[in-house]
Amino acid sequence: MNDWPYSEIVKKHFLHPQNFLRDGEKFTADGVGEVGSPACGDVMKMWIQIKNDRITDLRWKTFGCASALAATSMLSKMVLEKKGMKIADALKITPKDILKRLGGLPQNKIHCSVLGDKALRAAIENYREQKGAPKKDTPKIICSCLGVSERELDLAIAAGDRTFEEFQKRTKAGTGCGRCIEKIKKMLAEKIDEYSDKSCCDFCQKKCPQKK
Amino acid sequence: MSTKKIIYLDHAATTPLAPEVLERMLPYLKSDFGNAGSIHTKGQSAKNAVESARRKVAEILWCEPQEIIFTSGGSESDNLALRGTLKKGDHLIISAVEHPAVLQTAEALEKEGVELTKIPVERNGILKVGKVQKAIRRNTTLISIMLANNEIGTLQPVREIGKFLQKNHPEILLHTDAVQAGGILNLDVRHLKVDLLSLSAHKFYGPKGIGVLFAKSKVKLKPQISGGHQENGIRAGTENVAGIVGAAAALDLAEKNREKESIRITKLRDYFIKKVLREIPKAQLNGDPKIRLPGNANFSFYGVEGESILLRLDFTGIAASTGSACASGSLEPSYVLQSLKIPHEWLHGSIRFSLGKSTGKQELDQVVTELKKIIRDLRELSPLFE
Repeated sequence: MNDWPYSEIVKKHFLHPQNFLRDGEKFTADGVGEVGSPACGDVMKMWIQIKNDRITDLRWKTFGCASALAATSMLSKMVLEKKGMKIADALKITPKDILKRLGGLPQNKIHCSVLGDKALRAAIENYREQKGAPKKDTPKIICSCLGVSERELDLAIAAGDRTFEEFQKRTKAGTGCGRCIEKIKKMLAEKIDEYSDKSCCDFCQKKCPQKK
Repeated sequence: MSTKKIIYLDHAATTPLAPEVLERMLPYLKSDFGNAGSIHTKGQSAKNAVESARRKVAEILWCEPQEIIFTSGGSESDNLALRGTLKKGDHLIISAVEHPAVLQTAEALEKEGVELTKIPVERNGILKVGKVQKAIRRNTTLISIMLANNEIGTLQPVREIGKFLQKNHPEILLHTDAVQAGGILNLDVRHLKVDLLSLSAHKFYGPKGIGVLFAKSKVKLKPQISGGHQENGIRAGTENVAGIVGAAAALDLAEKNREKESIRITKLRDYFIKKVLREIPKAQLNGDPKIRLPGNANFSFYGVEGESILLRLDFTGIAASTGSACASGSLEPSYVLQSLKIPHEWLHGSIRFSLGKSTGKQELDQVVTELKKIIRDLRELSPLFE
């Protein structure tokens, strides 16, 4: 009989989290990223050290439930395996990858695992800015609990999403405090409306006889 | 499962069946299995058991036996009290911190055309009687205010509202969800001045699946389950004889020790609260410190999340409860805690300990020791606590 609602791996990482920043520990970071908000019940902060385009060390702190803590711990383990991940590879980590390594999470807990990779991305972005890389347009966040940006909404519409539910399935937007749902629904409707004013030719890159 | 002793501090969720109650129930699960509606001897023996249980409950509530209706539990009692008395166009007043059994039933009725007013509570979790008085309209037919809150344990001024209604609006019915108070507070309905009162047996060491609704004889309840003459035609369905016998036996047992046990538990609670607040930094008690159930201690710990605390406690063999979003299955933290206007950094780190028969001082000391360590560990992980 299993009385524990999560996998053994989740349990291990929850009870013995790895690579978190201990009180009083000195850690010189090349980049720092923080996402989430106390209102949603999840905040994640990540510090990274970079050498030759590799993340050679990292530390984290997470305010959140057991799933959120275990997911951040697992992410840190994934990044630091094999002498540290290349930045380019680290940027490719998705919540799905973390979930897989955790041995899954209960359905209503999946949203707890999606902040870790965003915190990591924010830290990498911060590192690049310090290196003098042109500051990217900071994406406008439309769901602050899960760090979902307006750009993700645009991409989702381009990929065919037409309802909020489809968008939510894709990005988990609005599964935190839920205060953004009405706003996103409105944005989605406006954007779809905006798109429908244009013909498909406005988007099509191909040359074809039909193109005016 | 390990065999280590569990420190059970979740009595507000449910309580274990008292062995002497089980003994009283057993015959009705075995040899005396008759249907209380049958005319033969086995049937009559079951009927006698049900009616004797009804008299016992009526005695403790200071009402007439025919004013006691047995239901399947607290939620059904609450549903029957609201749905059985309200119709389209009526006005209903409830507190904003009612148990979902009342709150969601009220909201469902609102969609069916009942007017609904929710009275907010003050920061100590208690509502002001004046706000209830002001909310009364010409079409107000029912006021439903819980006797004690299930999360923060605060007691509502039900008797004061009852007194006011008796004097000024005798036509308005007063219902109280007393599920958390059963076996703990005085349930004398003449003293409380209520017309309807809900109870659930498993909160006072009785069996699960059995509840009580007291409804004054003047209240004309519309049945919500039809198909039989049972419970005076108000609640159809073959009587849960063993459950009814168990509910009455459990209430009787609790009532006999009530005052003594209440003093013992209150002392333990105050000792526990004082110790937690003294030994753990940035901890606060939610709800009024004194006007609360003897066994309820609800804390918030800054910068940590409730589900994490709860699961860590569980690993050390301590059972408690949390109002945090992550544990509720919904994505919102408890509306009761939100109504106290607690900041988010505190809101998510709430833990309810509810003491009971098995609780002793030594166990509470052990809980404080473990809790101290758990909060310290989790705060080391928290970015809100740098």
